[in-house]
Amino acid sequence: MTLHPILAALRRHKAGVVLIALQIALTLAIVCNAIFIIGQRIQRIQRPTGMDESNLFLITQLWVGAPTGDDQASTDKLDSMLRTDLATLRNLPDVESATTMNTIPLINSSWTNGVNLKPNQKHSTAHAAFYFGDEQMMNTMKVQLAAGRAFTSADIQHRGMRAADKPPIIIVTQALADKLFPSGNAVGKSVYLADNTTPSTIVGVVKRLQVSSADNWTNDFTWYSVLEPVRLNSNFSRYLVRAKPGRMQSAMKEARKALFAANPMRVIDDSAEHNSIKSFADIRARAYRADRGMAILMGVICVILLGVTGAGIVGLTSFWVGQRHKQIGVRRALGARKVDILRYFQTENLLIAGVGAIAGIILAVGLNLWLMHRFEMDRMPVLYVLAGVAVVLALGQAAVFAPARRAANVPPVVATRTV
Amino acid sequence: MFRYYLDLALRSLKRSPGLTALMILTIGFGVAASMTTWSVFRAVSGDPIPWKSAELFVPQIDMWGPDAHSNDTDSEKGPPDALDYNDAVALMRDHRASLQSALYMVTPSVVPSRPGTHPINVTGHAVFSEFFPMVDMPFLYGGGWSAADDEHRAEVAVISSDLNNKVFGGGNSVGKTVNVEGRDYRVVGVIGKWNPQLKFYDVVNTGGFYVDKEDLFLPFNTAIAAGMPNDGNTNCYKMPEEGGFVGLQHSSCIWIAYMVQLDSADAAQRYQDYLQGFSRQRYSWTPNVRLRGLMDWLDHEHVVPRDTKVSLLVALGLLIVCLVNTAGLLLAKFLRRSGEIGVRRALGAPKSAIYGQFLTEGGVIGLAGGVLGILLTGIGVASVGLVLPKDIADLARLDVTLLLTTLVVAVLASVLAALYPTFRASSVQPAWQLKSN
Repeated sequence: MTLHPILAALRRHKAGVVLIALQIALTLAIVCNAIFIIGQRIQRIQRPTGMDESNLFLITQLWVGAPTGDDQASTDKLDSMLRTDLATLRNLPDVESATTMNTIPLINSSWTNGVNLKPNQKHSTAHAAFYFGDEQMMNTMKVQLAAGRAFTSADIQHRGMRAADKPPIIIVTQALADKLFPSGNAVGKSVYLADNTTPSTIVGVVKRLQVSSADNWTNDFTWYSVLEPVRLNSNFSRYLVRAKPGRMQSAMKEARKALFAANPMRVIDDSAEHNSIKSFADIRARAYRADRGMAILMGVICVILLGVTGAGIVGLTSFWVGQRHKQIGVRRALGARKVDILRYFQTENLLIAGVGAIAGIILAVGLNLWLMHRFEMDRMPVLYVLAGVAVVLALGQAAVFAPARRAANVPPVVATRTV
Repeated sequence: MFRYYLDLALRSLKRSPGLTALMILTIGFGVAASMTTWSVFRAVSGDPIPWKSAELFVPQIDMWGPDAHSNDTDSEKGPPDALDYNDAVALMRDHRASLQSALYMVTPSVVPSRPGTHPINVTGHAVFSEFFPMVDMPFLYGGGWSAADDEHRAEVAVISSDLNNKVFGGGNSVGKTVNVEGRDYRVVGVIGKWNPQLKFYDVVNTGGFYVDKEDLFLPFNTAIAAGMPNDGNTNCYKMPEEGGFVGLQHSSCIWIAYMVQLDSADAAQRYQDYLQGFSRQRYSWTPNVRLRGLMDWLDHEHVVPRDTKVSLLVALGLLIVCLVNTAGLLLAKFLRRSGEIGVRRALGAPKSAIYGQFLTEGGVIGLAGGVLGILLTGIGVASVGLVLPKDIADLARLDVTLLLTTLVVAVLASVLAALYPTFRASSVQPAWQLKSN
């Protein structure tokens, strides 16, 4: 079949053709950017923190009337309260291990600082999130050691939350180790934290541990974490608890009771909005709620968009079929088979959608560039554009099928009738 | 004449119900999607205190010097977005604005006096007495404290009606004492209905939106004297030399928000000049100060989430596609009636009559689409909570403005979509049509 008659016919409906092509172009531009956003959000939501996240829960509590100062007496008092709580938790039958940490991944309460290779460096070599905890920190999180050693109880110090931070030893993530020492072998090397002049020695490297927030401001250092062997003392504390498999619900209930029994002068909220005892699954869902919402919203918009465009093609093609009723009859009378008529409309649609798709590719890339400029979005891989092209072409063919078949069913006898 | 056009439009729409339904659905979905995202955008970008936001300003001072910014890009070389303790206290002492308050976020525990209740954690701010008139705080009972209370570090507190219910079981609690972190504070005021959508006075620590209500306000100096530490962000260029909350007060770390009320542009200019002098007096470097109006400040702090803006844009894109779609369908529909148009024109109808007739038809479709759109927008806004984080979703509301806007946008959009098809219809040559039939 030659394209000539199709082109000749299209020339008679210029405006309609341009409108459909424009619609397809816009649809393609929006759909592939939306799908790109969806893909990125899904990737974010699914990335593992580096911990074994099942059977893990977090307790945040506040002591009432506890000292808030950073002097030695207050710090010692707070530390003994902290150790009492840890012992209480570790004694529970459903608890496998428990540790105290200043923060954990994804809860959006962060301690970040620069890590330097030289003392008093003006610009930090890397920016990282800091986790303070005791010797149970790593086996409660179940992060994997890649090199060196874990902290032992002999390493653990304690200090007030706002006291100077000068740890003799630290553990870093593989990503941070690679950034600081690209040639490898970070274990045994020294780094300087922020404006410290005393060095801290790296004794171990963990494979992966996400920073404490999933918000955009951490995008530059998502995997740069530092672990310090320090119990931080303040009037509030966080306990990360690993329950025995399948016992998490009861462990969460028991923990609350046991802590209140040990010392009632504390705040452990249990309201729906501010539950102080949260499973890590809840923490993860909350951390990525906005991303999930954005993905769903983009999905809904894509579905509406494709639906509208598909329906528009059906509508306009049906109109054209009605308009060319007589010509179709003439072609059939002159020997065209049903399949020829079907192919005619399908090819016509492919032509229009093809032109629309080419314009759409340009629009899609333009839109992506603009979003990158205005909203710091990432560059869209070509794959998304190609997938978008495939989707709109398929949509065009699917939408044109019903009206085209109706056209194919026009009987040749129509040619003999007037009007 | 309009009624005649309306009659013609309805007849024409009835003649092809499938196409009509398609256009109404298109307009309805397109408008609803953009209106739903707009309702969210409107909620998060709105003015939290419209009657006086023009008089509220946030001063910024560079207490770290140019070295701290040498890494920044040019556009970010502005002063830090909070104050350190020394500057905040010095600004309060100078007292150059008509109203002003330094403030910081606290999250202490409160022990209810009723037996058998566990202590509760509350969120609040340590502020100066002028904070209350500055934000037009409505009081149910009592009021704020006095400047003398600020001066004497009086142990007084303003509590929310929520906290009043929890601790005292409601009622006029002015004069009663509330136990905060083991100290007794005399209640001087109970806040009435006050829940601004945005914690505009402390965006830095609350990120603007904050699920937690404000339950407690204490005098700034009293909280400092009691050693009640700050919650929220602390940002340091150099680590404090001493430990503890006292060490933080002596350091150049920033953790204090500041707001001033200036009644005229002149006063704002004078305050700006004062800040320049203030910085010159205290720091060796060229003054790097800012005095931003509240709305400018909220914009600077990127209070509107990026996702909200992107969603609105994408939804507007969807509306445009719906417009193009409707235009295409209307074009087909109108041109199919070339014969009818030809007859009307031959019988003496001017082009304007054709315009009237077909734009009316477009408007009718828009109206029907708008009604559908209102329904879908209602569903959309109601289900925003399933999709977006609670603190933002809660702000999106269905109100008369939103519904009217939906309707107006729908009608305007479809009339706009009908413009080109109508132009084509009006250019139909009567002679041709009459001949060919």
